[in-house]
Amino acid sequence: MQLVDAAATEALGASIAQDCPAFACIHLHGELGAGKTTLVRGFLQAMGHTGAVRSPTYTLIEPYETPAGKFFHLDLYRLSDPEELEFIGLRDWVDAGVLLIEWPEQAAGVVPAADIDVVLRVQGNAREATLTYFPKR
Amino acid sequence: MIILGLETTCDETGIALHDAAAGLLAHRLFSQVKLHAEYGGVVPELASRDHIRRILPLVEQTLAEAELQPCDIDGVAYARGPGLAGALLAGAAVAKGLAWALDRPVLGVHHMEAHLLAPMLEADPPAFPFLALLVSGGHTLLVEVAGVGRYHVLGESLDDAAGEAFDKTAKLLGLPYPGGPALEKLAAVGEPGRWVFPRPMVDRPGLDFSFSGLKTAVVNAVHNTTLDEAARAAIARAFQDAVVDTFAIKVKRALVQTGLKRLVVAGGVGANTVLRERLQAVAGAAGGRAYYPRLAFCTDNGAMIAYAGQQRLSMGEQDVGEVEVRPRWPLGELAAPLANAGLGPV
Repeated sequence: MQLVDAAATEALGASIAQDCPAFACIHLHGELGAGKTTLVRGFLQAMGHTGAVRSPTYTLIEPYETPAGKFFHLDLYRLSDPEELEFIGLRDWVDAGVLLIEWPEQAAGVVPAADIDVVLRVQGNAREATLTYFPKR
Repeated sequence: MIILGLETTCDETGIALHDAAAGLLAHRLFSQVKLHAEYGGVVPELASRDHIRRILPLVEQTLAEAELQPCDIDGVAYARGPGLAGALLAGAAVAKGLAWALDRPVLGVHHMEAHLLAPMLEADPPAFPFLALLVSGGHTLLVEVAGVGRYHVLGESLDDAAGEAFDKTAKLLGLPYPGGPALEKLAAVGEPGRWVFPRPMVDRPGLDFSFSGLKTAVVNAVHNTTLDEAARAAIARAFQDAVVDTFAIKVKRALVQTGLKRLVVAGGVGANTVLRERLQAVAGAAGGRAYYPRLAFCTDNGAMIAYAGQQRLSMGEQDVGEVEVRPRWPLGELAAPLANAGLGPV
């Protein structure tokens, strides 16, 4: 689907939140500036988060807790070896809430498989989003 | 009182010795930037492993430079946070181990407090109170500083930090890591006005920042043009102009709002010379001036940790009990130095 601006990307995040299971793993693919964190912002706001949603590029993970549950926003952009995920404590978050993972390909085989896979592509000033839902394993 | 300071929050291993009377005695730095350049960013596990290898040799070199022995150290300060957990633990464990072996007090200090006190290491330090702009890879903060530990956060970034925007823009333009210096160099030869990017949030009241939209503008520009050398330079120029304008507008607003005259600019982005000149003009127009740490103390270093530790350890504040780090630690939680106010209980 076509996303004309950041507001449309946030709205897509909010619509994904509508029917998201409590322990889902969401993979977010897309180059720098494609709108991954913007989509997560829309998702978290729909889940009842009212504060800022900061880029986790520097901190690697930003945890959130709302009445709707626990959410872990990860950015694996700076990871060079999947093993490093163990070091930052991945096991503490799996099955603790919803995982929203940017750059999951940086730790392929180590991050949990996607329940929902989102691909964002830059097309001029707009973005093209492709969503794939995987059946419950 | 001689304080040993250890900085290991991210890329750099910084070690320094600071004396209450004589000032900075010696400082050493090992940067892992070259190591990380291969990966295009900071890799946490590599960072922590390397800190472990570097800390003790650097402590020995720093002591030798100051012609001191370990037993001359009166207290040990380390950066407790914010930063990468593994990197922080490496520094904290060594600091506690040294302190226990030497039977001296130890204290974990706040990395950002250390940054905003860094200009105090210079010959002409600012008097309190002042306005501080902290701009680095992980942080963008405007803080009213009434004294050591007396901070009121006026504004911060709601999404990307300014330094992160520099690094990502540099990456989009095919520049090497770290992006700041390379981007500034490219912007200097860029045609002004060929692109005009948004000045994020300047039309709204308040002192918060947002750099995500600016990054989007850069991505769109990169995708909508043939990226030749002139275009890359013009985009770099437009990006830097937008960042500098944004900081100038917000700093001016903060100076008016607080009535402060003195401005401290700290953090790695504070090394940008265009930003420095512009903010000096803004502070000058407000009847004051801007204070900058020397370039080596804009980026992460041990001297600022030793200095911040000195201010608190000399008042009797110290850690007790377990090694504990704070990867996320809001600056606003700090209080003025207080005896036995460090981490506890035993």
